[in-house]
Amino acid sequence: MKEYTPRVLATEEAKAIIDQLKKSHDNDLMFHQSGGCCDGSSPMCFEKGDFIVGASDVWMGKVYGCDFFMNEDQFDYWKHTQLTLDVVKGRGSSFSIEIPLGIRFMIRSRLFTSEELLRLTPIMTGEEYLEQ
Amino acid sequence: MSTQTLSQSTPVERPEVKEKYDHFIGGKWVAPTSGEYFDNISPIDGKPFTKAARGNKKDVELALDAAHEAFNTWSKTSPAERSKLLNKIADVIEDNLEMLARIETVDNGKALRETRAADLPLVIDHFRYFAGVIRADESTISEHDENTVSIALHEPLGVVAQIIPWNFPLLMATWKIAPALAAGCCTIVKPAEQTPTSIMVLMELIGDILPPGVLNVITGFGPEAGKPLASSKRVAKVSFTGETTTGRLIMQYASENLVPVTMELGGKSPNIFMKSVADADDEYFDKAVEGAVLFALNQGEVCTCPSRILVHEDIYDVFMEKVIERTKAIKMGHPLAEDTMMGAQSSNDQLEKIMSYLDIGKKEGAQVLCGGDKAGLNSGLEEGYYVQPTIFKGHNKMRVFQEEIFGPVTSVTTFKTTEEAIEIANDTMYGLGAGLWSRDAHELYQVPRAIKAGRVWVNCYHAYPAHAPFGGYKKSGFGRENHLMMLDHYRQTKNMLISYDKNKLGFF
Repeated sequence: MKEYTPRVLATEEAKAIIDQLKKSHDNDLMFHQSGGCCDGSSPMCFEKGDFIVGASDVWMGKVYGCDFFMNEDQFDYWKHTQLTLDVVKGRGSSFSIEIPLGIRFMIRSRLFTSEELLRLTPIMTGEEYLEQ
Repeated sequence: MSTQTLSQSTPVERPEVKEKYDHFIGGKWVAPTSGEYFDNISPIDGKPFTKAARGNKKDVELALDAAHEAFNTWSKTSPAERSKLLNKIADVIEDNLEMLARIETVDNGKALRETRAADLPLVIDHFRYFAGVIRADESTISEHDENTVSIALHEPLGVVAQIIPWNFPLLMATWKIAPALAAGCCTIVKPAEQTPTSIMVLMELIGDILPPGVLNVITGFGPEAGKPLASSKRVAKVSFTGETTTGRLIMQYASENLVPVTMELGGKSPNIFMKSVADADDEYFDKAVEGAVLFALNQGEVCTCPSRILVHEDIYDVFMEKVIERTKAIKMGHPLAEDTMMGAQSSNDQLEKIMSYLDIGKKEGAQVLCGGDKAGLNSGLEEGYYVQPTIFKGHNKMRVFQEEIFGPVTSVTTFKTTEEAIEIANDTMYGLGAGLWSRDAHELYQVPRAIKAGRVWVNCYHAYPAHAPFGGYKKSGFGRENHLMMLDHYRQTKNMLISYDKNKLGFF
């Protein structure tokens, strides 16, 4: 079977926070990559289903069991890079649920190699994701 | 990263702050129902300097109770009275400008030079502008025929929720509060977690000017206090400045409650320098160079940061040489020192995010023309959040050209023709701000019209006067601020359709 290169990875620190939040919220989680002002250009973490995805979103795969989405316009400019979900100390002002812990999810990026680009995790549109 | 030894004027004294600040609800200071507070960290040195109340849904409900009660009378207050109170607020802020400028610098990290000369003077003028426009504002009347008259009368929406960003804490709060109060609404304001203090210091000064409950301020974390406020079915409108995902989430709540929203969601603004800019080495050329370096204003933490420089290829060398020279001359240092030109980023996670973009910019092959790293400052600033003003050279498909970094980072590319400049300028998700620099009278009109952005500065940049509507196209949001048209974002229309005809229709 062909092995895909994931589009989104997570650091051990990020995984530990995901575990902690899943437990405290007693729910699965999801991520939506934000764009724009202030706290933008950062991943937002919500309880699964709290943020309504739509046809204009792209499902980029699962990261440590959580669905990861981005708006398709933004994805167009990001698709050649592999994202790694990390956490840093700090305080965002969005509705992302890790904020009360005094930490913030953030994204680190690297370029895919030309070989990796040939076997990336297939994406789904938000519509396909909702229909599955 | 090398550490820079500071040689600069002594920082001015920090204003005294309380050990902690409660919510301001119903004209009183109210402790959070949870009894909990959180540290407010100053970006200057990375150290806590006070605490803010950790608000939750119960606190939001208390504020909603107070605001709804106040609305019964505030909505009927005469424009003359509301105008008087807005002017009074402006006067008190003017009398306390220096102290408020200092606390804003401590809270946000920006240089005192900017809070003194820009943030606070604009706050004052903004309150005065809305105090003025409601005195001249009129509803409309039309006579449909000799016996039928239609009156379209403005009525305030009610109790509104206003969510404020951290980049200009007092000014962005004012942009929202002043028109809402002028329109006759009561408001619940939620400042950002990174900057919850300056607005509370302001409320200590102006809190008793307005009737209790008209203006309420609640601090806390987005998921705990912002979410219950934005999703409450007791708010008539939500006004938000921030990023796209939270913007969508707020619209999702608004769709459930069927209430209007206005959104200001950031940008990736092109600053275009046409060939004629370098026709002479004169005052105008010097102004254009400064216009490019304005990416470093407010440490780049501005939704309209001119973060893409598009320059005609024939003048690239002569123009960018000066831009780089001017950028390198930016004096970083203690934000409270009077000669500091650029201060600290607002928080550690912002600093880390900016660093991640410097990293991906380099990995994508963008050339670093200057800066490109943290700025290591000593003299007590070692733990503060400082980044060198940075210029990348590359092409418009690179991520540093497409994403809002919200730091002192700009990316330059060249164009050959006017058409190409417009194409690059519009190749972005966003459409908030743009700049066009030219000595050609035709270009001065035609190019701005072709740029899909809500604000195009022509031969200037980063001016935000009241009386000039400001807001986004495309994914930068909708709604306008800074202008009397804002009043209609906070009002609805009551139409009275009146018949003066004594005769029946004759149908029944």
